[in-house]
Amino acid sequence: MKLANPKDETKLDDLAGGSQAGIREQKQNPLVRVAELFALSKWYVKLLIVFACLMIPLVVQSNYAMRIIIYIGLYIVLALGLNVVMGFTGLLNIGHAAFYAVGAYTTAILMVKYGMSFWLTIPVGMFLGVLLGIVLGFPTLRVRDDYLAIVTLGFGQIIYIVANNWMGLTRGPRGIPGIPVPSLGFSDYQIVIESYPAYYYLILIFVFFTIYACVRIKDSRVGLAWTAIREDEDVAAVMGINLVYYKTMAFGFSAALGALAGSFFAVFQSFVSPNSFTILESVIIITIPILGGLGSIPGTIIGAIVMIGGPEFFRAASEYRMVIMGAFMVVMMIVRPQGLFGKKLYQPTYKM
Amino acid sequence: MFWQQMVNALNLGAMYSLLAIGYTMVYGIIKLINFAHGEIFMCGAFFTWWFMTALSVPFPIAALMGIILSTVLGISVERIAYRPLRNAPRFAVIISVLGMSIFLQNMARIIWGAEFQTFDVDFDFAPIIIGNVVVPIKKAFILATSLVLMIVLGLYVKKTYIGKAMRATAADPEAAEMMGININAVIVLTFAIGSAMGAVAGILFAINYNSIDPFMGFNAGLKAFTAAVLGGIGNIYGAMIGGILLGVFEGIGAGYISSMYRDAFAFSVLILVLIFRPEGLLGEIGKSKR
Amino acid sequence: MALLSVNSLIKRFDGLTALNNFSLDVDEGEIVGIIGPNGSGKTTFFNVLSGMYPADGGEVFFDNHSENLLKLKTHQIIGLGIARTFQIQRPFNNLSVLENLMIGGHCRTRAGLFSALINLASARKEREQLKDHAREVMALFGTRLRSVEMNPAWTLSYANRRRLEIARALVSDGKLLLIDEPTAGMNPAESLQLAQTIQAINKKGMAVLVIEHDMKFIKKLCSRVVALDYGQKIVEGTYAKVRNHPKVIEAYLGRE
Repeated sequence: MKLANPKDETKLDDLAGGSQAGIREQKQNPLVRVAELFALSKWYVKLLIVFACLMIPLVVQSNYAMRIIIYIGLYIVLALGLNVVMGFTGLLNIGHAAFYAVGAYTTAILMVKYGMSFWLTIPVGMFLGVLLGIVLGFPTLRVRDDYLAIVTLGFGQIIYIVANNWMGLTRGPRGIPGIPVPSLGFSDYQIVIESYPAYYYLILIFVFFTIYACVRIKDSRVGLAWTAIREDEDVAAVMGINLVYYKTMAFGFSAALGALAGSFFAVFQSFVSPNSFTILESVIIITIPILGGLGSIPGTIIGAIVMIGGPEFFRAASEYRMVIMGAFMVVMMIVRPQGLFGKKLYQPTYKM
Repeated sequence: MFWQQMVNALNLGAMYSLLAIGYTMVYGIIKLINFAHGEIFMCGAFFTWWFMTALSVPFPIAALMGIILSTVLGISVERIAYRPLRNAPRFAVIISVLGMSIFLQNMARIIWGAEFQTFDVDFDFAPIIIGNVVVPIKKAFILATSLVLMIVLGLYVKKTYIGKAMRATAADPEAAEMMGININAVIVLTFAIGSAMGAVAGILFAINYNSIDPFMGFNAGLKAFTAAVLGGIGNIYGAMIGGILLGVFEGIGAGYISSMYRDAFAFSVLILVLIFRPEGLLGEIGKSKR
Repeated sequence: MALLSVNSLIKRFDGLTALNNFSLDVDEGEIVGIIGPNGSGKTTFFNVLSGMYPADGGEVFFDNHSENLLKLKTHQIIGLGIARTFQIQRPFNNLSVLENLMIGGHCRTRAGLFSALINLASARKEREQLKDHAREVMALFGTRLRSVEMNPAWTLSYANRRRLEIARALVSDGKLLLIDEPTAGMNPAESLQLAQTIQAINKKGMAVLVIEHDMKFIKKLCSRVVALDYGQKIVEGTYAKVRNHPKVIEAYLGRE
């Protein structure tokens, strides 16, 4: 792409999520590639995609397929949230399901026990998610690499155990059934969200919101600080970046998005139980940015489509799903650790 | 009563120690946690069980073959999930080993089913009675086996040339290489010994509880890892001490903490140690992760 | 009143005393050179000063701030006006040159989470201004950095990475620049150019502390030279005085 004048340069930035990265790197961005392929302007491509998204419920007839698509949307929100902590800031988090659980249970409990409107439970859930994110983030500040993996894994597991045993709050393994459907408006003029297309548009809104938030933050002072931490946190500190503040913020931000996804999940499934928030769930969420490319927003989205849509295609093999996932993780790291669309990261070699 | 509980505690602790040794030895050499170690533990028990039930092999031989197979498995894990990633960024190795662990757990589930299986080994001797305390023969066997193995290992690492090579590689791989030590061979050997210990621990565990399931590796592995960190990761004696301590905590605390929350408790202890005293009780060969 | 006042700085590493009651004053606009054999504590001094290592004793006062610098957290120091480069270059490898420099300006900007999310106009303006400022700093090196400003830092040539380090430190608009062995690996022509660049920076009011082994470089640049050995200041004065001092010769070459 020839840069005729500086204005083009900023447009290119914008398209690539504002990462201002090297030109070669921007070409990795699938959005740019598609745009180039069809000689279209990036705005047009974006518009097309949005249009296509809006048209989906009209085109897709099968409820089964709609369900999968909705789940893809859900996992996009989850994975993008995790991407903030893992991709941008470079912190391993194998306990993301904890934030997912907080959002889901908050919505479930507030709606079922206190009759709160769904829309109100969202900010409450996100707020609690942020709190939990800070609680998790803070102790992990001094812990690196594989210890970090264990700590986050442990944290996720603790949340699961609490959800499974705190009968008074969560009804333990029996879960919370009968979550009402969300509705908007007053008696005669209500929009009730109970059909698949309705849920689809709801999650679509959440997805757009999440993408917007992630792109905005990546292209900001905060995002820059996060990537500096990922690259070299000691130097980042010397350059004035408050590690405690920014790492905690990363976890909090990531947790808020996880909780948002949880709230949706609660009303979509109408039922929450601890089984949806196991370590396995966290691992599934992790594999998405890994496949798509850590740090890459479009990559993560595509990763979600593949990871969630893919296995559904091969329903028969669902027994083998976890085995394949495990093998996939190993192979992926050996063959292409940066994921499909991630940048090939240059890392100084560590001895072993 | 107290001593009776102590016997149980020591029993438990001995098994955790054996398993913890695997974690700590591997960590000492390559500075990374072997997430898949718990699965080796599980496979040790399962392979043995399978030989006994499917092929009617008597227990001692089944156990031996189970250990051998598990050791081979452990070495394969190193070959597949670790070695190709020697120069990769750290998180890639972590994900890879995690994937290996998931693969093995679920493979076991597919092959042998997800339910608990009975591990039918019993020692038909009268229990040993010391004063007030009854020590069932199988617990005595577990204790004795663990003790012997740990002593042998300790001597091996301390006295033999290979043991020295292992310690040297753990302390400074580059220097060791320059001294003519074959690093790859040492790493393979470390994984082999660790896996063998883990497999034995798995078999002892199966004898103790008379049952096995494909996910036993996760829980036991977590606790053993906690033991290893508690005692000082990288330090074999630390693993032994940590294991005993953990066994005592669990054995004595069993009355006070409901079994549901016991795992949460173990996790919390682990997290706290990792955050506040990552070098554990006996310190470690490398530096603590700060 | 000196810009930087280091009093009896002590730093120990497990029994080895790297800095042993080291004291030093730097005035505004001065260029002071720090020389000494390897292991004498020069880089350790920079590390303590920039907050990377905690000190074991002593005080440091900077630019009218009443608080002892050593009590501050690492990230607060650059905000006060002390920026540094690293002996073994440490750029943010996967970030572009421009992004590297913008991080240097982190302490001078304020946009936070919310201004980013709502795309506040003032945040955008601040970012543009930061980019402009970064480009101004790049201009000090001619077009060398500007021409590769979008490339990831790891693709840069050795000399360019050095320039990047210095530029990144400069974006923070401080009053004191700590440069650690900038001419390592450079040929005489490049060293000369670098010296001129530093002089240009200095003329704008920046005080500079430079660790070097290249005596020609020191001679050209520094109004004052401090010699270290075993963590202590052994001589201080003009280049001529220090260069031929018996203690300095002894430190470098060993006792006769």
